[in-house]
Amino acid sequence: MDETGIGIWGVPLAIFAGAIRVSTPFIFVSLGESITERSGRINLGLEGTLVFGAMTAYAIAVMSNSPWLGVLAAMATGAVFGLIHGWICKFPKVNDIAIGIAMMQFGLGLAFFLGKPFIQPVAPHLPSIPLGGWADLPQIQSALNINVLFVIGALLSVALWWAFKNTRVGLILRVVGDSSDAARAMGLNPDTVRLLATAVGGSLAAVGGAYLSLFYPGSWNEGISSGQGLMAVALVIFARWNPIGCFLAALLFGGAGALGPALQSVGVTHGYYLFYAAPYVLTLVILVATSSPTRSLAGAPGALSITK
Amino acid sequence: MTIEVNTPTLSPSSTDARSLRPLLEWLARRAEPVAISLGAILAGLALFSLFILVVGKSPADLFRLMYTGGFGSWFSIQNSLSRAAPLLLTALCVALPARLGLVIIGGEGAVVLGGVAAAAIALPLTASVSPIVVIPLMAIAGMIAGGIWIGLAGVLRHYRGVNETIASLLLAYIAIALMNHFIEGPLRDPASLNKPSTAPLPAEYMLGNIPGMDVNWGLLVGIVACIIAWVLIEATSFGFAARIAGGNVRAAQIQGLPVGRLIVGFTALAGSSAGLAGMVEVAAVQGSANASLAAGYGYTGILVAFLARHNPLAIIPVAILLGGIDASGGLIQRRMGLPDATVLVLQGTLFVVILFCETFYGRFKIFNPDLWKSPSLSGRPNLSGRTA
Repeated sequence: MDETGIGIWGVPLAIFAGAIRVSTPFIFVSLGESITERSGRINLGLEGTLVFGAMTAYAIAVMSNSPWLGVLAAMATGAVFGLIHGWICKFPKVNDIAIGIAMMQFGLGLAFFLGKPFIQPVAPHLPSIPLGGWADLPQIQSALNINVLFVIGALLSVALWWAFKNTRVGLILRVVGDSSDAARAMGLNPDTVRLLATAVGGSLAAVGGAYLSLFYPGSWNEGISSGQGLMAVALVIFARWNPIGCFLAALLFGGAGALGPALQSVGVTHGYYLFYAAPYVLTLVILVATSSPTRSLAGAPGALSITK
Repeated sequence: MTIEVNTPTLSPSSTDARSLRPLLEWLARRAEPVAISLGAILAGLALFSLFILVVGKSPADLFRLMYTGGFGSWFSIQNSLSRAAPLLLTALCVALPARLGLVIIGGEGAVVLGGVAAAAIALPLTASVSPIVVIPLMAIAGMIAGGIWIGLAGVLRHYRGVNETIASLLLAYIAIALMNHFIEGPLRDPASLNKPSTAPLPAEYMLGNIPGMDVNWGLLVGIVACIIAWVLIEATSFGFAARIAGGNVRAAQIQGLPVGRLIVGFTALAGSSAGLAGMVEVAAVQGSANASLAAGYGYTGILVAFLARHNPLAIIPVAILLGGIDASGGLIQRRMGLPDATVLVLQGTLFVVILFCETFYGRFKIFNPDLWKSPSLSGRPNLSGRTA
């Protein structure tokens, strides 16, 4: 790679650029999952939703030549996946964690099945905003080439943070998530609230998938996701169910994910496969540091099964 | 909500029926899981048929091909059995911790590291040490590597309260990165060009086939492991304690059971089982450690374990069934022009429907003797303690 311009400074710049590029799917999946978990349910199936969303977005974008139509279609299929998960989980004795694993396998299988014809064609990409236009160096220009979805995700996290605190819908979600009984006493139906929260969570996760296939890496294939959907679940726990925390944590994970490619680009090749493990190691370390064997996590919704 | 209106004197029960009653109760309780599982499989197949109809193919043709490809000839049966072998071991990786109420989904990581460890210990020895020593050493290395990996998820669960489902999955991704590091770096055979792998094992250091069959010894290893696991759970105090702790951790702690040791022990055993699958894959199929170790056996094993309701003996037929479905994938692809992921769609559908059908346990009066009209038993709370 070209090092003549900024030399070793290329590494932090590449990590910064990578953080922005890699974090966007994490932002959407974790915001979606935070809505679902706030309502007291956990959806591990978001990995499948993410991949299915990536496939749908790509296929629709190829067929309609409009990436935004692809994103919308992905949102719709994500909502359907969420509705299925939410509907199944409202029956007694059904384990939401196990159903999540099953929905993940179902979503992956269906995406690979229906997506087979779309591995070759090329879809139009999502647009990005060239914020680096002022700079002379191409590295800085490409680093500041920020995708629209990243901006939307950032705004959405602030909006959600505000909505959880200040709106009626936010209050309903929090009450249902903390205690089904309290919600019923208020005349709310916890199952319906959770069903809708899971559907919204699914549609946001699918946007994360659409970003993967329509911007970075920007093609559809069967290995497009490497666990982003599941890591987002851990990320939400780390962010303590706070949407702004989710956004910052997603940036951190994105930066960790960009470490391997960034080092490779400046010629560090020794052991760089180990750097590919960085986001997973980081997630695990954070989980270990923030969990406790004796008490449930601060800020955890009371009805959530995973933190007990 | 049912209100019992029958008074004891009103309920008719002849002496004949009374003597048959224990047998009927026993049958009813045994019949429930079988009937619900079969019903779930049929419902899953019906949904899948619908899907196949929607994409414009004939489900009847598909199921016929599936039978032909999986079990239609001696050749295809052997193929199915070969594919079942690793599934037996990876399913145990899910089923054993499930006894303690733990959901482990990272078996793939233990498979991968088990394979790498087996190759790493064998390759320096193949020049001088006899296969009779090296092959067991490979198995032990694979089991230790896998056991440490999944055992770590158990340690984190018990001592740090980290959710084991997510931790085990993260560990699986880390394991795959470690494998890539080893087969691209320190253990790489320079002769492996576009598919990095360790040096190949000499033929005499490989596990051969079971005599008279085209199936390697891994199948037998898997079946024996399932039987051992069944005995462990059903017939030892270790397994009994695990079942108590799985039912209620607090109760187990109050009774002084070593919950921490149970959790670490069961997860480590589970991991060593999946690690053994990796060793078999290296020593019987691949002949070297390479990226093919991450072929998804760990994930299919999750499905096998849930289908078998975490019963190690039930894992044997379920693994063979899924091995057969897997084996028929190629035939379906060639003859019907369907993508190879068809098998994945079927597996996913079955998985979702079967978990959904958990909700029917205890709902059917016919399977629940406690709800039968009877003077002595009416109104008794359900204490049967169904295990998940």
